[in-house]
Amino acid sequence: MNKSENVSASWLFEITPKNKFFSLNLKEVWQYRDLLVLFVKRDIVTVYKQTVLGPLWYLIQPLFTSVTFTIIFNNVAGIDTGSVPPFLFNLAGITVWNYFTACLTGTSDTFRANAGIFGKVYFPRIITPLSIVISNLIKFGIQFLIFIVFYIYYYLQGAVINLNAAAFFFPVIIVLMGILGLGLGMFISSLVTKYRDFSNLIGFGVQLLMYLSAVVYPMALIQDKLPNYGWLVHYNPLAYIIETSRYMLLSVGNISFYGLLYTFIITIIIFFAGLLVFNKTEKSFIDTV
Amino acid sequence: MSKDIILKAESISKQYRLGQVGTGTLSHDLNRWWYRIRGKENPYLKIGDINDRSTKGTSDYVWALQDINFEVERGEVLGIIGKNGAGKSTLLKILSKVTAPTTGSIKSRGRIASLLEVGTGFNPELTGRENIFLNGAILGMTKKEITSKLDEIIDFSGCERYIDTPVKRYSSGMTVRLAFAVAAFLEPEILVIDEVLAVGDAEFQKKAIGKMQDISKGEGRTVLFVSHNMAAVKSLCTRGIVLEHGKVVFEGEIENVVSYYLGGDTNSMNFKTFGKEYDLPIFKLNEISLNNLGRSSDDVLRENEIINLNTRIDIKVKNAQRYHLTYHLYNEMGEAMFSFSNVESLALKYGTNKIVCNFPIYFLQSGQYFLSLFIVEDSRQAIFIEKDIIAFTVVDSGRELGTYMGREPGFIRPQFIWQHS
Repeated sequence: MNKSENVSASWLFEITPKNKFFSLNLKEVWQYRDLLVLFVKRDIVTVYKQTVLGPLWYLIQPLFTSVTFTIIFNNVAGIDTGSVPPFLFNLAGITVWNYFTACLTGTSDTFRANAGIFGKVYFPRIITPLSIVISNLIKFGIQFLIFIVFYIYYYLQGAVINLNAAAFFFPVIIVLMGILGLGLGMFISSLVTKYRDFSNLIGFGVQLLMYLSAVVYPMALIQDKLPNYGWLVHYNPLAYIIETSRYMLLSVGNISFYGLLYTFIITIIIFFAGLLVFNKTEKSFIDTV
Repeated sequence: MSKDIILKAESISKQYRLGQVGTGTLSHDLNRWWYRIRGKENPYLKIGDINDRSTKGTSDYVWALQDINFEVERGEVLGIIGKNGAGKSTLLKILSKVTAPTTGSIKSRGRIASLLEVGTGFNPELTGRENIFLNGAILGMTKKEITSKLDEIIDFSGCERYIDTPVKRYSSGMTVRLAFAVAAFLEPEILVIDEVLAVGDAEFQKKAIGKMQDISKGEGRTVLFVSHNMAAVKSLCTRGIVLEHGKVVFEGEIENVVSYYLGGDTNSMNFKTFGKEYDLPIFKLNEISLNNLGRSSDDVLRENEIINLNTRIDIKVKNAQRYHLTYHLYNEMGEAMFSFSNVESLALKYGTNKIVCNFPIYFLQSGQYFLSLFIVEDSRQAIFIEKDIIAFTVVDSGRELGTYMGREPGFIRPQFIWQHS
């Protein structure tokens, strides 16, 4: 016994019942960086294998959604998008919103969808949600290209749209969106391991959330038309991200410093809360999932 | 002078909750949380039964592992053996960090990689080559390591021709070969292997065993090896531990461990006597037991010897021949294998009956089985049905190394008479 006591300092690692309070083991994640890359590659490559249109599917979905929204919300319901063409207005909102939902729904199923592989081998579990966020970022990139194409098209048509100096910070906004989706997704994925109720919630919750996130209307509009319920949108950090990104790209709507600060703080809180719960869950979720 | 301990388990325990995870879970969770807030110990840790599947426990919680301690020296090949449900897989899951122990800790001086089941994380849409990289990375290799061994891996798998074809087009054998090949070229300090030998054809198994011997003997790697296969355990391991109901019951040199496992197993379930449980107006069932011919039922059942099934039953009515016994045999997957009865071959008599039925050598392969008993009146109506009245385990007897290591396909393995005509 005593021989191992005096060398106990040299143990490489220890498996114990509980994780330390905050242990985002970055060193370990770095060791598995190749796995992260391969997961991202797998996610991108396998989705549209054995399809004729292949990666074109990435473009079809936002385009058709934008067309539908333009007809319903702008032509039928008559939502005013100012000088910006409604289609472009919707496409901007939907592209950014899609990135969030893809991150959220993808990561919220982490533990359940991967229970098979998680039950067999160990690797830092955080790799899986990270890979989802990154591969969705690439999909977002592709979808953003189509936005640029239409942007140029409308510009040449003479529509009054102009880029804003703030567009320089657009990547920051997108990363913020990804972190928010990741944090929320990790939180929910942990709860799903025990209480399946949450996976039902996600399905329609995301749809309803879209209407509270100023995707299909300018943020100012809701204050104007529904002053009593405006706070629902007002306290939704997602609405600020959508509104801000539209301001950056199309110069419509407002940019609110306090709104952004609020969004930033909420995102950080959600992310760390999600990480905390995720770390706690990953140790023994396999017994309950 | 001191031993070079690479892995040390200190009072590992693992508790599982039985039954469904449902509404009761929430109240237990809240209760647990309330105790923790007040700085008290988890109240559910104090309760819990020994993990014995066949008896009905009182608690919702069982201990799959209880107070496991062991040390592994560098370069040692430790065999972990035990019957189904003894806690082997749970122990391996804890060692490979898939799940955390409820109490206790494991300290390690080396990277642990596990071969719990080959082929995890294979993506059917990706090609063989892409899957080698993906699977290798999942098992903890870097891209550089895999690239440097890629040719060896492909060569070892013997799937060269298909390497750029999606894995979904592979036969199951080819998938297993490819998966094992990736795993075999892992280079962790500690390798955990669970029952991978029971896959692939005979030729590939030989290759796999050879590779494992290289790993453990040639390269001096530390290996933890879990298997039902006594021949493989005997030839690969240097030391072993026997698990029973979640506790270490024996530890020592591999020869002694194997003979302990095959021999002095006093808690064998191959024997059941009944008091008043089955005392009915027509009959009273006294005992059901199994044993190898010439051995007692305290001993394990070996697949390469004749197995006797003994039934002791009192028939309390005069026309005893109206009644007969029918057994249904189920395997560990719960699949019905066959039924058999004494209706055509042996009439029951009034009073005490001690009847024996025997299964030929190898008829039952190693594994766990469950018997259900039916007592039938006039070959028409079952007057008594008891599901899973006895469970028993047949062990493989340690066939010669180099012969086929796994189970043969199919439920039974009859030994027919072959002759020159």
